[in-house]
Amino acid sequence: MKRFRFNQQEIVFAVFALLFLVFSIFLNGFLTAENMLTLLQNVAVLGILGLAMAIVVIGRGIDISLIAALAVPPGLVLQMVQNGHSLPFSLLIAVLITIAFGLINGWLIAYAEVPSLFATLATGLLLAGLGQAALFQLDVVQWSQGMNGFERLGQGTILGIPTSIVMFAVACIVVAFLLRQTRWGAYIYAIGDNPYAARVTGIPSRPIIVLQYVIAALIGCFAGLVMAASVNSMPTRVFNSTLIYDVILVVVLGGIGLSGGRGGVLNVIIGTLLIGTMLNGMTIMDISYAGQNLIKGVVLLLAVITDSFLNPRNEETAQQGDI
Amino acid sequence: MRDTITSLRYRYWPDHLLGEILSKRWTETAIPVILLLIVGFAFSRSIDNFLSPASLADTARQAGEIGFIALGLALVVIVGGIDLSVGSIFALTDFCALYLLDVAGWPVPAVVVATLLCGALLGAVNGILVGYLRLRAFITTLITLIIYRSAYDLLIQRYSNAIASAFPDIPSWDFIGAGSVLGIPTVALAYIVIAIFGHIFMTRLRPGWHITAIGGSRRSAYNSGIPVRRTIALCYVASGVLTSIGALFFASRLGTVGGDIGVGLEVIVLTATVLGGITLGGGKGSVAKSAVGVLIVLLITNGLTTMNARGGVNRMALAGILLVAAMVDIRWQKNRTRIISKVYVAPTYHELPPPPPTEIGQGGPFEQNDKLRDVEAIGLGRIEAPEDVILDRHDNLYAGSRHGDIMRFLAPDYQKMEVFAHIGGQPLGMAFDREDNLYVCIGGMGLYRIKPDGTVEKATDETNRSLRSVNDDSRLRLADDLDITDDGLIFFSEATVRYEMDEWPIDGLEARGNGRIISYDTKTGTTRTELRGLKFPNGICVASDGQSILFAETFGCSIKRYWFAGPKKGAVEVVMDNLPGYPDNINLASDGNYWLALVGMRSPSLDLAWKMPGFRRRMAKRVPVDEWLFPNINTGCVVKFNEQGKIVESFWDLHGENHPMITSMREHRGYLYLGGILNNRIGRYKLDNADPNFVQYDKRWGKQS
Repeated sequence: MKRFRFNQQEIVFAVFALLFLVFSIFLNGFLTAENMLTLLQNVAVLGILGLAMAIVVIGRGIDISLIAALAVPPGLVLQMVQNGHSLPFSLLIAVLITIAFGLINGWLIAYAEVPSLFATLATGLLLAGLGQAALFQLDVVQWSQGMNGFERLGQGTILGIPTSIVMFAVACIVVAFLLRQTRWGAYIYAIGDNPYAARVTGIPSRPIIVLQYVIAALIGCFAGLVMAASVNSMPTRVFNSTLIYDVILVVVLGGIGLSGGRGGVLNVIIGTLLIGTMLNGMTIMDISYAGQNLIKGVVLLLAVITDSFLNPRNEETAQQGDI
Repeated sequence: MRDTITSLRYRYWPDHLLGEILSKRWTETAIPVILLLIVGFAFSRSIDNFLSPASLADTARQAGEIGFIALGLALVVIVGGIDLSVGSIFALTDFCALYLLDVAGWPVPAVVVATLLCGALLGAVNGILVGYLRLRAFITTLITLIIYRSAYDLLIQRYSNAIASAFPDIPSWDFIGAGSVLGIPTVALAYIVIAIFGHIFMTRLRPGWHITAIGGSRRSAYNSGIPVRRTIALCYVASGVLTSIGALFFASRLGTVGGDIGVGLEVIVLTATVLGGITLGGGKGSVAKSAVGVLIVLLITNGLTTMNARGGVNRMALAGILLVAAMVDIRWQKNRTRIISKVYVAPTYHELPPPPPTEIGQGGPFEQNDKLRDVEAIGLGRIEAPEDVILDRHDNLYAGSRHGDIMRFLAPDYQKMEVFAHIGGQPLGMAFDREDNLYVCIGGMGLYRIKPDGTVEKATDETNRSLRSVNDDSRLRLADDLDITDDGLIFFSEATVRYEMDEWPIDGLEARGNGRIISYDTKTGTTRTELRGLKFPNGICVASDGQSILFAETFGCSIKRYWFAGPKKGAVEVVMDNLPGYPDNINLASDGNYWLALVGMRSPSLDLAWKMPGFRRRMAKRVPVDEWLFPNINTGCVVKFNEQGKIVESFWDLHGENHPMITSMREHRGYLYLGGILNNRIGRYKLDNADPNFVQYDKRWGKQS
């Protein structure tokens, strides 16, 4: 007899549908056209960050310096334009800094063999501290005349769809192509599944790991640009917020196991929708920031516990000291 | 001239110390301590009043508070986890203490107990999740960090005004926060007491060892029956309790519940832990390391604050230090053994004159012959590695084996073989005392005594530690051969104090005087080092005068005499030097002369290499071990020499058919019994013109029953 089983993707989707249904029925102003649009716009940035995190998590890592990559290089663009540099030049500098940052992360993790959580925790602090100490004059970097036209990255509509959602869609397509259609993507899955086997097979695992973090940082920078464009400023204190936990939540709830090698873009979309609905509902219910954090924390904890049952750690390939 | 300079340089420059110091565990603590001194010195030069008593007392209070949290984190890191929620636990327990004291109005002792319980509870949540549910420590405590933090935020929204408006005036509470005993702040005093207990706990008590074992290898710890899950969970509980102790002192010192209390604390404590040298991933760490790390981090952050650095700079400095320290630690742990093995071998200058000839036709006492070609093989293929052979008064033959047994071949035909005693280490030299107890030198274990009924007892495995040695030389690493004087004093040689049994050829490559001669008094049970700095001392034989011993220095290629009694007591004299081979065991012959085994013959290449220490060091660094130039021990011979050090006769197996490799020999009733450490047999050779009734112990101590 074949046992009837849900896979995680279906469960999460069912939870999302249920939550959506409950909110639609019991929350005034949830199921309106404007709210749906706000919801989607709000989660676009989260979704893009989720894609970056997904790439790293599939390769059995984690990148909690993403928020620093989101805040500092785009903030630098705004600051440089404010100081009179041209927009393309500022963008170029920001991209170079992001690549350098990704390379440092990747080198620390792949070559110096510092655990990824630990390395990115420290490099994130380093980059945020650098921004705070040397790059920005104010915590919120303001929009200036030189940026005009750039706000279309995050505002307005393309073919009737809000631009930020289009940007999320574009990012999804690019990442899906990278992961599914290129050899590089296959390597990431292989490394995430079993790093030693991947290495023995002849996959250049160290360069691929470095590449993962570079791509993740670039996507993070892209998300920051979209965010800055949509709010016409760059609040660099976002680094101190709990945004990174939302990103991890998206990935884990979406069904990309933290032990690596599983999941894809579809999981990120589902996770994003679920978190977006949850956050939106809590905002409408007027739960305080701390209360929201508490709820998110508990949900994340439950998700991680479930994940550890669904995707148990592989004791054969789990490293000693793999914290 | 050049050789003289080389010889002086290698005689007086202690090359061997580098490897020995590096292989000490305390070097890993020494580096952070040096860093601490440098940081302290730098800041005291650049900032006025940095080391003033007031400033120091303030630092001590902060250090105490953070020190408690760092102790908890150290415990968790050593067990193989991590606890990022300490900052939030700190905030919550700080709130708990102040709420109970100011709002609920509890008495101080109850507040203290309740706060500690609160910390234990918060830690227990982490402990259950990580220990029992086996979640990833990093991600789990990151989540509890948010949960606890948002709980704290919710709580202070409601109660911060009530707490801020209360001004409790309780002397005992103020004493906790601001008091001092003999000028030392209470918190520092409490920290010192708990740190000392922590040190004893980690190094001397069973639970501490369990924690280290789990951190070292979780699976092995589980397999050896340690309650892994419970121990891990308890470590998180302990971390919560220690954090709440820090929070108690903080609460009584400042009495505030600001929104940013404990924010980013985990990074400071983590930096302190890693900087102190506690390895991420577990298994290594100590209380001292944690304390040193805390002091460095506090000096740096306080120094930067005093110099008015911007908040971002402080953050960058911490993150940068954290990264560099983690990287250095990870690389060091990974490459430690490789680095040590590269620098450990420290060859020295060793010059020998050209050896006397051994080739046929060149004459001389060592001229090769084929006398041993027809030796009879005992126990062929049944015994492995009989380094030494010995016969008792009843003609039974004893030999050691590679498997850690003493084998006995029964007289008269030596066909029947039995295990006389099982020891567990490889038996080397052997000797009987007057009561027919068999004393055996066991490589890696020490000196053991086997009673005639086969029971094994340890005689000694340690001697006095020499003050100037870096390696702990109190343990016996490679006890090699022994003999017993008429007064029951046992002299035995320890070939090297720098290498283990399986690495003994490397000692030959080094050609340094690493060996020593040790005496063990059977009457008093005391062990004493007699001679040091010998080049692989090996065979030992009490000379016929009863006042001196003859001993062989294998890589010194010489036989020396040491007077342990009589008018020349304490003197050492060369009997024979520049032997053509490497001398091994020495034993008494029936005619009053001595037998000597040459385990291998010198070769011009090694003789030359011994004069070129730099060459050998490069070889040890760059070439894999199995391609090193080692002393030859494939072929050797037995010689007989007299009291004056003149060779009387030599015995060879020229074609290497029956017994080319010889490490020991015993004469017994007209036969010579031969042992060899690489052999699968014991040789028996019929001596011409020998006393057919010669029994070594009967001759020395008279016949017994």
